[in-house]
Amino acid sequence: MARGRFQKLKNKGVEILSVISAVIIWQLVADYIVRNRFFLPSFTDVAEAFLITVSRQGIFPFMGMDLELPVLLVDTLYSLMHFSIGLVAALVIGIPVGMIMGWFRSLERVFDPIIEIIRPIPPLAWIPFAIIWIGLNPFGAGFVIFVGALFPIIINTFTGFKSVPRIYVEAAKVLGCTADHDLIRRIAIPSALPSIAAGIRIAMGVGWMCLVAAEMFGVSRNGLGFKIWHNYYLHRMDFVLVYMLVLGFLGLLIDRAFRSYLEEKFFKWRTGVVM
Amino acid sequence: MGRVKIRGVSRKFVKDEVSGTLALDNVSLDIEDKEFVCFIGPSGCGKTTLLRIVSGLDLPDAGEVFVDNERILSPGPKRGMVFQEYSLFPWKSVIDNIIFGPQMRGTRKKDAIEEAQKYLELVGLEQFRDSYPHELSGGMKQRVAIARALANEPEVLLMDEPFGALDAQTRNTLQHELLSIWQKKNITILFVTHSVDEAVFLADRIVIMTARPGKIKEIIKVDIPRLRDRTSLEVNQLRNRVLKLLAEEQKK
Ligand SMILES: Nc1ncnc2c1ncn2[C@@H]1O[C@H](COP(=O)(O)OP(=O)(O)OP(=O)(O)O)[C@@H](O)[C@H]1O
Ligand SMILES: [Mg+2]
Repeated sequence: MARGRFQKLKNKGVEILSVISAVIIWQLVADYIVRNRFFLPSFTDVAEAFLITVSRQGIFPFMGMDLELPVLLVDTLYSLMHFSIGLVAALVIGIPVGMIMGWFRSLERVFDPIIEIIRPIPPLAWIPFAIIWIGLNPFGAGFVIFVGALFPIIINTFTGFKSVPRIYVEAAKVLGCTADHDLIRRIAIPSALPSIAAGIRIAMGVGWMCLVAAEMFGVSRNGLGFKIWHNYYLHRMDFVLVYMLVLGFLGLLIDRAFRSYLEEKFFKWRTGVVM
Repeated sequence: MGRVKIRGVSRKFVKDEVSGTLALDNVSLDIEDKEFVCFIGPSGCGKTTLLRIVSGLDLPDAGEVFVDNERILSPGPKRGMVFQEYSLFPWKSVIDNIIFGPQMRGTRKKDAIEEAQKYLELVGLEQFRDSYPHELSGGMKQRVAIARALANEPEVLLMDEPFGALDAQTRNTLQHELLSIWQKKNITILFVTHSVDEAVFLADRIVIMTARPGKIKEIIKVDIPRLRDRTSLEVNQLRNRVLKLLAEEQKK
């Protein structure tokens, strides 16, 4: 067991060495070249700030109770809430729209021009409307994430549906599966699922990137993105970096978890889904 | 019942206003209930197109097809089809592929699986029950496709070169199996093949088609009793006759 873990570490030798070197270079540059904690906090400054952050408590209102939790956890929960609101809304709207466009030729022509016009607008450009339409609340932040996540989901669902091999649809028809809703449910969805899943993965990445900006305009007093701005105004750049790194690691973690879930799911019928 | 009436069927694939491919030209044929008819002809002469029209997947530009006096306008479970290319659903295991048709008809999963087991045995793939299509060889996939079509208990079975991808030995075995299924199940079979041997061994009638545009060149009734001895004199004579007719088409 211990030996196995050691072996695993040994196999990752280059990667570990690379990270350690980067940290050392960072520390040296901060201490001896930049020499300005505001301009570039060193690794040890950030580690110290991290420990302080971890030791602080915060309040998370949950089902009528005020739970006292570490402040970092509270921020994470708030961010995950904003993120999920946006992502779930994008799934609920994006998947059906993509499916309909991919399956019915005529509706593709209805939706396509509208989507092509709205899609290039950067999600953050929607912030003013998010505020006046929805207001300064978690749903306002969710809206910005929704806009970012929506299009990758629509486009990938659409392409997945468009490229359902004709032979599967025909084979289903001669076996007595002829109604549109049966064909969509039993043939098109399973066949398009890998493509839809890839779209969700892209959408999660884009949504996560929108998070910082979405929390910037004061939707709540908590959130990883909000805390970046909060600490910036307090000129605590070491704390800014702590939150930046937490955002990065959490994004990585979400992506990894989703990917391994997918691999588990498609492993049975598709060897080596490349995503 | 499975009487197939093909009346003056033509099919032209249009690319643009000027050019197009006439795949079938005025094909008419009556097929009796429980008859086994083989279609043979040069590549690209419209055999697949004809089967697709009988199945209802494609519509003729002229003419019509009837099965038991019902005009065919769309596909349905009474006309099963084994495709020339691989058509198994890759996200379903072998057994789930086979019970797809029965489940669509509303058969309970447990009963459907029990039935499907028989067809799996028939094509000799019991051990691969829970495998996924990507784990099977080409020939095995085609055998599952046959089992899937049979499990739906069609009245007319359309088979588009189903044994094309198999080795000679498996091919012979499956030809035997197919004949015994056909006799047991009382189904009409329309069978496309490139192999004269296969046609001579299986068919009640052999339909020889011309090169494009596909027309019926000649229909040969095979009166040799089954099981036919592949090396007997009559079978050999028949084979030579078919080969000669085909050679005329190949030269064109
Ligand atoms: N969807 C289509 N669009 C355009 N042309 C087509 C289409 N389907 C078939 N054709 C043309 O019709 C002709 C007949 O095709 P078909 O597939 O019926 O031939 P086949 O007899 O089955 O040939 P093979 O023995 O090689 O399978 C060919 O020339 C082909 O190019
Ligand atoms: Mg063909």
